[in-house]
Amino acid sequence: MQGDREKGLEARDVGFRYGKNGSWILKGVNLTVRPGERVGLTGPSGCGKSTLAKILAGYESPLEGEVLYDGSPLPEKGYCPVQMIYQNPEQAVNPRWKMEGILCEGWTPDAELLRDMGIEREWLKRWPAELSGGELQRFLIARVLGPETKFLICDEISTMLDVITQAQVWETLLRAADRQRLGMLVVTHSTALAKRVCTRIVSLQEINQS
Amino acid sequence: MEQKTKQEILSVEELSVSFSMYQKGLRKGNLEVLHKLSLSVRAGEILAVAGSSGSGKSILAHAILGILPGNACMDGRMLYKGQPLTEKEKKGLRGREIAFIPQSVDYLDPLMRVGKQVRGVRGTKERQRELFRKYGLEEGVERKYPFMLSGGMARRVLIASALMEDACLIVADEPTPGLSERLTEETLKSFREMADAGCAVLLITHDIDLAFKAADRIAVFYAGTVVEIAPAEDFRKGKEALRHPYSRAFLEALPQNEFCPLPGFQPYAAKLPKGCLFAERCRERNEMCMGEIPMRKVRGGEVRCVHAR
Repeated sequence: MQGDREKGLEARDVGFRYGKNGSWILKGVNLTVRPGERVGLTGPSGCGKSTLAKILAGYESPLEGEVLYDGSPLPEKGYCPVQMIYQNPEQAVNPRWKMEGILCEGWTPDAELLRDMGIEREWLKRWPAELSGGELQRFLIARVLGPETKFLICDEISTMLDVITQAQVWETLLRAADRQRLGMLVVTHSTALAKRVCTRIVSLQEINQS
Repeated sequence: MEQKTKQEILSVEELSVSFSMYQKGLRKGNLEVLHKLSLSVRAGEILAVAGSSGSGKSILAHAILGILPGNACMDGRMLYKGQPLTEKEKKGLRGREIAFIPQSVDYLDPLMRVGKQVRGVRGTKERQRELFRKYGLEEGVERKYPFMLSGGMARRVLIASALMEDACLIVADEPTPGLSERLTEETLKSFREMADAGCAVLLITHDIDLAFKAADRIAVFYAGTVVEIAPAEDFRKGKEALRHPYSRAFLEALPQNEFCPLPGFQPYAAKLPKGCLFAERCRERNEMCMGEIPMRKVRGGEVRCVHAR
């Protein structure tokens, strides 16, 4: 392996199941994402892709194994360097917050980014329920591109976008990724998309021993 | 195709939908989100409605089912099997003859086991189990609550619940995101089977790729109206066969094609330009685009563009 600084985000022998007697969804999973690398994660529906994504982002703790960021566990306080964008944007926002609060919770995006993402000024005053899924998703992408973000976990982030918006969003996202040397884990069902945006593609079924 | 002889199940004529919203204090304004939209679906046909997110596709579905929120106001006509489709009719038909597959997994009741939800009031356990098997949902899934399901599983539950009864019209609002390629194909195959059995399917999707694999005709939405209706073959043939510049831009943006986004954004419903709604992003724009743009027939399809030949 390369030097310590370049360790990146690492899942080491991760195992996970829901409930005490549930079947193991993940077992002995090893995966490393290095800075600047974009790893595509594929696999059939229900095989644990989203669960692994949540574990890597620190939203679930693995029952076995550990998640390491630059060789140590994820920080429990402050801005988490690993940020996640979800599959269903309507479930990832507080319905009682206005969009402005949602957008600026972690950092304040500049006007240029908002323009690139196609976010209308007027939308900032709306409630989440008043935006379409695609519009909402653009907010959720903009809110995680803060300067302290080092890794992005993208769980099917563009399936609810139309292809033109998808291409626009990925263009912006890839530009930000290059500028900030982000490491990315891209969960997707679309092989065509994975080939376009990822530097390597991993099948979860091949690395999962459950 | 001999579709001309088939019965029109649903026809939407000049439909406009607007929402009244508070702007400042108690002042109310109207925001028109669908503008004079016309389309029809025949028995045995899958019509895909494709378009950018936020172009009003889901609102069309909700308008057909009569489940728009209270502040919505509708104008225009809808016919179901030749009869006017009023709010009262919709109430009786939906869930029986008109089935709906909603877009978001939020439409599941979080406090009810999914098997029970799918059976509803009239469904039987046998039918529900048969559908669950067909969509690869294991035996134990029917006893789970929605939060215990993965995104793809919840999606399959939604599809199963729409197929519980023998519907004549299926309105599927983005049924496939989050499904693997195999399951997507399975879903599309069951739509085709239902169409072959005499159903009309309105498949709402932003995934043009999916639309031209599955549909007979495709209606392209932009900023709340239909800009082109064309046979799906034309989309398979490529850019030259299409009539509207926006439809062509869709093909260019596909990851398997150029993956090249068209710059600019769809105009916001409150600030619509005069004349052609697409003009701002169009390479062929000229003074002819400033007037009223009617839908016209071009090469076996319909298009809302003055330049189309």
